[in-house]
Amino acid sequence: MVEFTLPKNSRIVQGKTWPKPSDGKKVKAFKIYRWDPDTKANPRVDTYYVDLSKCGPMVLDAILYIKNEIDPPLTFRRSCREGICGSCAMNIDGANTLACTKGLDEISGAVRIYPLPHMPVVKDLVPDLTHFYAQHASIQPWLETRTPAPEKEWRQSVDDRKKMDGLYECILCASCSTSCPSYWWNGDRYLGPAALLQAYRWLIDSRDEATGERLDHLEDPFRLYRCHTIMNCSKTCPKGLNPAKAIAEIKKMMIERRV
Amino acid sequence: MSIKTPMNRVLGLGSAKSGTEHWWAQRISSVALVPLTILFLFPFLSALGGGYEAVRAAYASPFNALVAILFIAVNFLHLQQGLQVVIEDYVHEKRSRTVMMFCNTLLCGLLGAAGVFAIAKLSFGA
Ligand code: SF4
Ligand code: FES
Repeated sequence: MVEFTLPKNSRIVQGKTWPKPSDGKKVKAFKIYRWDPDTKANPRVDTYYVDLSKCGPMVLDAILYIKNEIDPPLTFRRSCREGICGSCAMNIDGANTLACTKGLDEISGAVRIYPLPHMPVVKDLVPDLTHFYAQHASIQPWLETRTPAPEKEWRQSVDDRKKMDGLYECILCASCSTSCPSYWWNGDRYLGPAALLQAYRWLIDSRDEATGERLDHLEDPFRLYRCHTIMNCSKTCPKGLNPAKAIAEIKKMMIERRV
Repeated sequence: MSIKTPMNRVLGLGSAKSGTEHWWAQRISSVALVPLTILFLFPFLSALGGGYEAVRAAYASPFNALVAILFIAVNFLHLQQGLQVVIEDYVHEKRSRTVMMFCNTLLCGLLGAAGVFAIAKLSFGA
């Protein structure tokens, strides 16, 4: 059955409260999920206080400040700090998003930060995305053709190129898939919004010659049809994309090739 | 414990090569139920509380009887398909899943058939 409560060793306990700067002008509280695989301890939520006048404007800036100035073992992923690499996705203020593009001024009260929901945790804010990446690889995210490769390039009309707008921008941050209840309950078999948006990006590519095989691969009650249009994916995508629509388009293609 | 590559786990037993029919049938049956429910309710509500003879008279009309039969049949089909999705979503233990799927199909089939038979009997008179 679906698990509505966390297993005993995953229950979150009261964590440590770090000292508050006495002279700070704009002090904000941060409540951050901590879990260390090297100890047998349950995960906890630590409270930190950051003087916002001493760090940049984004949530990532505050996390970096905490790591550099307060608590060096705090573990998280980040790379580009400009919303293009997808590594800093986490659950901030109750919604999955990118720490580097989420403004601190968008959050009132304490900033609550957890790893992406319902994924195995590697440490602190780092989820294990092995399965997620394998799901992406399984849709064969590359051009498949039978026609021998042309001497120069595969040509594409301007109109056909436009069809990929809103799809190619996906940075595979996993915010959408890990916000989806269907992915929580059946993520082992359901491909999830991110992989399906990527699948649609190749299905709609006018140069690709494996459309039929791609649809065959998705024709499955779990891989595709676990999507019940819950729409969390489109609501949470930090790049403003619409995976739910891409999935609906795949379903339409499935019908189209039958009627 | 089993050592499998992540890709192996994702590919699993392969695509079931079905799913669209079930999904599409659910959409069609829900659309069909809109007019069927409206048409079913008129004679049903007017005969309600009128005793056996009034009900018989209402369903002596082939149109009313046909609508009622379709209403019941499509409803139970829709119910069976909807419950199947709920079971697939929430029940992960293989044996209980199979048992629940079987009971769902059996119960919806039985109840639907009983409803259709009752209307037919009423309509043909006996
Ligand atoms: S669709 Fe949006 S939320 Fe989902 S992986 Fe791509 S960028 Fe992230
Ligand atoms: S650090 Fe690259 S997306 Fe946030």
